[in-house]
Amino acid sequence: MAPAMPIIVCRGEGAAVRSSETRQERIRLLQATALIGIGLMAAVDEIIFHQLLAWHHFYDRSTSDIALLSDGLLHAAELVAVVAGFFMWADLRDRNIAAPRLAWGGFLAGAGGFQIFDGLVDHKVLRVHQVRYGVELFPYDLAWNATGIVLLILGVILIRQAPSRDFSRSSHDAGD
Amino acid sequence: MEQHAQEVHTNALEHSGGWLIMLLLLIPLLLYLGAVMKEHRRQRPWSKLRSLSYISAIALIAVAVSPMVTSATHHDPRGHMAQHLLLGMFAPLGLVLAAPITLLFRTLPLQAGRSLARFLRSRTGHLLSHPFMALVLNIGGMYVLYLTPLFRLSLSHPALHILVSVHFLAFGYLYIWAIAGPDPAPRRPGMRVRTAVLGTGIAAHAFLAKLMYAHALPAGTPFSTAEVRDAAMLMYYGGDVAEFLLAVALFASWYRGRRRSRARRRARPVLVISTIRL
Repeated sequence: MAPAMPIIVCRGEGAAVRSSETRQERIRLLQATALIGIGLMAAVDEIIFHQLLAWHHFYDRSTSDIALLSDGLLHAAELVAVVAGFFMWADLRDRNIAAPRLAWGGFLAGAGGFQIFDGLVDHKVLRVHQVRYGVELFPYDLAWNATGIVLLILGVILIRQAPSRDFSRSSHDAGD
Repeated sequence: MEQHAQEVHTNALEHSGGWLIMLLLLIPLLLYLGAVMKEHRRQRPWSKLRSLSYISAIALIAVAVSPMVTSATHHDPRGHMAQHLLLGMFAPLGLVLAAPITLLFRTLPLQAGRSLARFLRSRTGHLLSHPFMALVLNIGGMYVLYLTPLFRLSLSHPALHILVSVHFLAFGYLYIWAIAGPDPAPRRPGMRVRTAVLGTGIAAHAFLAKLMYAHALPAGTPFSTAEVRDAAMLMYYGGDVAEFLLAVALFASWYRGRRRSRARRRARPVLVISTIRL
């Protein structure tokens, strides 16, 4: 008769635990995909704008040492973000938490948010480097930040559209 | 003329020294492989990937101290930087992932194993293996090397150069072991602390590399500004690759741990009860 007790206990607690878990899982999925978005946008910035196009400079003479320090911190955050995000996401997928709309929303919001941060704080406030040199900067800055805003808005729309049922497709719910 | 003669003499000394160190590297290699074979004879499997990781690490150290690379370092700071990256980041990463401490515990006689455990658990062991301490010893050492006259002095004093290289390897290993890898570490802090230390380490490394680029450091060397800047850039991107691999090692072990504990929980009857549909 020993197992009877746990069954009764689970009946009461099970529902409460499940709903709070799914909210947690939803937040975790958003965190993971946003981290991937931040990290991949940073990688795009590094690979396309620094290496391939060579528009951005590794260092431009007007950069202060403090800006270099903040640049280093941001760089560290990006590197850790993309790795942490991928493994968090893999962990969630193992638990059958896929929710494509929420995941894409988090990804795009993370990427857009990073693009805006990079465009405003790095380029304008800290002046680590500019989008391009030897040209009229305004259209470039406008395109840069507008891209970020579009990505961010798309991300937020997807997150808001994600049905609350969508975020947990565990085997538990599959029978419904 | 005399200076030239002395330079030739120093080079010859480093040449033979390089070959000697390469020969000496056979000792840790044979010890490790011998221990692995002993494990196989005792029917206790040891991952081939770990052995491969160890062999690659020893090979990287051999390349870094080989006379070809050492002689390149005399004319080119990029050679120096490549040597530092190999000794301080890539080789230690291979060593840590090869789990030498685990292998040591498995193959040492009981008494010696106890002594090793006692050392790891001692106050010194705890202090040294704390990720933050390892970070200060490892990356702090780089700040001292490149921002003080130490680097310039190491160019003309072979003994100092060897000491710097040993520091890179030893504290690179300590730092990576403190953060990730399969080996046991005493009182290893949780993911948050280790992630924070890793992030601080990446930032400190990237900042130092850009500082060196911006101010053409280390100063007072016979190298041109362009060469010194190239070396700083190599430090930035080379460090990135190594730190990315370290981050993967850290989070991959976290991920594996989650999978394992989920599998264990699933095996427990309590959870079977909780998944019954009511």
